[in-house]
Amino acid sequence: MIEALKERVNDDPVLVRRGRFLTTTFLLEVGATAWLIAIHEGRIVSVTPGPFVMPSSAFALRAPAEEWAKFWSQRPPPGSNDLMALIKRRVLRAEGDLQVFMAHLRYFKEALAKLRPQETSAASLAGALP
Amino acid sequence: MRTRFEPITGRYMHLDLFGRPHRIYVEEAGHGTPLLCLHTAGADGRQYRALMNDVRVASCHRVIAFDMPWHGKSSPPPGWQNEEYQLTSAQYTEMILAVMAGLGLHRPILIGCSIGGRIALHLALEHPQAFRAIIGLQAGAHVDPYYDLNFLHRADVHGGEVCGAIVSGLVGPDAPEAERWETLWHYMQGGPGVFKGDLYFYKVDGDIRSRVAEIDTSRCPLFLLSGEYDYSCTPEETLAVAASIRGCEVTIMKGLGHFPMSENPREFLTYLLPVLEKISR
Repeated sequence: MIEALKERVNDDPVLVRRGRFLTTTFLLEVGATAWLIAIHEGRIVSVTPGPFVMPSSAFALRAPAEEWAKFWSQRPPPGSNDLMALIKRRVLRAEGDLQVFMAHLRYFKEALAKLRPQETSAASLAGALP
Repeated sequence: MRTRFEPITGRYMHLDLFGRPHRIYVEEAGHGTPLLCLHTAGADGRQYRALMNDVRVASCHRVIAFDMPWHGKSSPPPGWQNEEYQLTSAQYTEMILAVMAGLGLHRPILIGCSIGGRIALHLALEHPQAFRAIIGLQAGAHVDPYYDLNFLHRADVHGGEVCGAIVSGLVGPDAPEAERWETLWHYMQGGPGVFKGDLYFYKVDGDIRSRVAEIDTSRCPLFLLSGEYDYSCTPEETLAVAASIRGCEVTIMKGLGHFPMSENPREFLTYLLPVLEKISR
């Protein structure tokens, strides 16, 4: 599922433009599972699944799988609707050099929200229900 | 070409605050019982434009909002360029009472959101006789810092971008797009370090947990309205304040976030109008 991030971000020209001065690699942890996500000038160039021996990244975002599942739901409940909401509840840990994360906070919020059910897939899912 | 004008008018008020001259921008619309509106941290009085433009409110209230010093169209005081702005409870209280005196307001209804909701609790405790009623939006007794506030004011992070991005998730999910982004635009327009300086009051100096239960609602009625999606001042925190104050009325507003009057005025007014009606009786 996390691999879908590359296509969904790169297919959004407004988001890519927003990140045109952003080149970095960050670590995303969903429970015990990790991905290294490399960004070059706003485009996601690779989403590499772990496990890693010595992952190098500017910063890491770590939360339990059930918290990410709520964040990535169609209509996240209060307290799960935003990265800062997860941080406020101390379930998302943002660690490392956070200057790049905070300087591009809107990019990271909107990029990670891309992993929510897309409108087309939600519509087709609804159509498939009896 | 068709044009139209809103009934809102603005003026600049000159007054001394904290021993220094200040130039304060004040907007108002309507006639009747004065309704003084306090904006959130890092924003300005534009947050209340929907209230001023709503005939149900403005036909029987003189709706007034001022931009705090350093905010919106109010200037920082001369000498600001070498200072770090930090809002304190004492300054915030003095400012509100001075603006009321300057406008000649007699016992207005006070409505304040976020930091405005917090100072509303302070005023309910310390100056209940000065107000007809107090309405706290997103009002809690205290909020612990949950991110490094230094990111709001450093040269290698764009202040407008980060302030807008920090608060974007505080807007409720049902907010109309135009109102959502207008609300965030106000944050993006804040001066360097101003949002951070306001949060000094919100997260450090303005802690009123130990005294909030002493508020006497028989001296001034207190209403609390909080949005369901606010994770800065959560519904639980507002409910805890309400539970500790005898006679306090509280409502959690479904689907709304931290900026109810600005992010989704139509929904917000369904909660506010009954409160104003009750106050007018």
